[in-house]
Amino acid sequence: MTAVRRRFGVLARTAYVVLVYLFIFLPVGVLVLFSFQDGQVSVPPLKGLSLRWYEALFADGRMMAALRNSVLVGLVSATICTALGFLAAYALARYRPRGAAALRALLIAPLGVSYLVIGLGLSLAFSEVGIGRSLVTVTIGHVVINLPLAFAIVLSQMNERQAHIEKAARDLGAGELRVLTLVTVPLLLPGIMAAFLLSFTLSWDEFVIALLLTRFDVTLPVEIWSALRTGLNPKTNAAGTVVFALSVSLLAVAYWIGRRRIGRQQR
Amino acid sequence: MGFVLVFSLFRRVGGAIDRTVTLDNYREIIDGGVFLTSLRSSLEVVAITVVVSLLVAYPFAYILAYRVPQRWQRPLLILAVLPFWTSYVVRSYSWLLVLAKNGVVNQAMVNSGLISSPISLANSRTATVIGFVHFFTMLVSLTIYASLTQIPESYRKAARDLGASSAQTFLRITLPLSMPGVVVGAFLTFVLAIGDYITPQILGGGNELLLPQAIMLQVQRRGDFPLAAALSVLLLLVVGIVYALSARHLTLERR
Repeated sequence: MTAVRRRFGVLARTAYVVLVYLFIFLPVGVLVLFSFQDGQVSVPPLKGLSLRWYEALFADGRMMAALRNSVLVGLVSATICTALGFLAAYALARYRPRGAAALRALLIAPLGVSYLVIGLGLSLAFSEVGIGRSLVTVTIGHVVINLPLAFAIVLSQMNERQAHIEKAARDLGAGELRVLTLVTVPLLLPGIMAAFLLSFTLSWDEFVIALLLTRFDVTLPVEIWSALRTGLNPKTNAAGTVVFALSVSLLAVAYWIGRRRIGRQQR
Repeated sequence: MGFVLVFSLFRRVGGAIDRTVTLDNYREIIDGGVFLTSLRSSLEVVAITVVVSLLVAYPFAYILAYRVPQRWQRPLLILAVLPFWTSYVVRSYSWLLVLAKNGVVNQAMVNSGLISSPISLANSRTATVIGFVHFFTMLVSLTIYASLTQIPESYRKAARDLGASSAQTFLRITLPLSMPGVVVGAFLTFVLAIGDYITPQILGGGNELLLPQAIMLQVQRRGDFPLAAALSVLLLLVVGIVYALSARHLTLERR
């Protein structure tokens, strides 16, 4: 290969990668940029930068209520599904019941089912037993969809070494409860935290189930969805930017926890 | 909870309101035509999405895996999947901003003299496909990248030493060995795209109804839960068939 051809190759590759990144970041960039729009519409030309739409967003009672609901649903559902996921993973890894592999597959299987189908199923199940749609039902819905993931994450962090430490604690006279709270949970804390943060992020983002299972009190994505009906509006951009910023920071924390854990294991 | 899910899946087959078990809903799906049309539209849109995503993502993952210095690979990869974490609704909405008649793309093209008046990009099947491709390019890049980095460099070196051209090396060594990543990515894309309601609803503009939209319509407008349930079963069935066909190839580990 001649030098010229090689240089051309490098150029073409760089151009391609840059193009892909442009494609990937175009919508997010536009979204964030026009949330600072100092005009009425969220399309070009950009009339100048201002925070007025953020002001409008934080003054919007419905949006703020939806934001609070989202945080609440996220926290409660993430807590429940991390706890359940942990217990399921603990039971499967330590007690190895008969058919553990089948149980594990069954617990992870819902990951492959469309949220729409899960939401529909839950909404039918709830109306069948006479439970009205509310924030509680959404919370349950989010536990259902995130449980497989929380379970898989915690399970992936379990190993034999931890089992030996637990055995040692038991030999030293600790009861099951003390072993669980003083040994197992602290050992698995990074995995548990990661499961919690991921569950929260996914619940915070989730739309279809929230739409199907809420009525008057809605979560943020649902509120944004109804705001879309009124057309393109920089305030919606601002709301979207807030959602994006929070998701990314939570993931950064989860990633950081994961890294610290790996670092510690290598030492 | 898994139990509740399975239970609810079983129960909503047939008449949940009438309570007599009947296959009328399925008959309606087949006779109605509308639903089969939406199933076909869904399959078409998803097929295009899978193909385009793979075509965009493969060279990207390839360059990232083989042509970028090791220590830049991870940061670049993380950067590439960052928008993955925007809320799904928000992401579709931001494509609307980009593709709208007075949106960024149109204005850029008019200003640069490419076109004389804005063309309608949003509210079409193209817009839905763009929205999908955007999301799934990120996903598929990850799976292909994972596959590519598992191929030992010595394989490619050996091929070159034996006199293969770079095209031959790619076609006979790299491509076949990276197929697991391609298959897993394509499968995930298929499953997630065919069950998605948001992107077609926001970007598709209602000219054609994809299967999830048809389901949602039954629920929200007509309150026909049994029919919606039957359609969901159809959706699950399609996913199940594709899973059964590809299950053998669904692994990211090297064999």
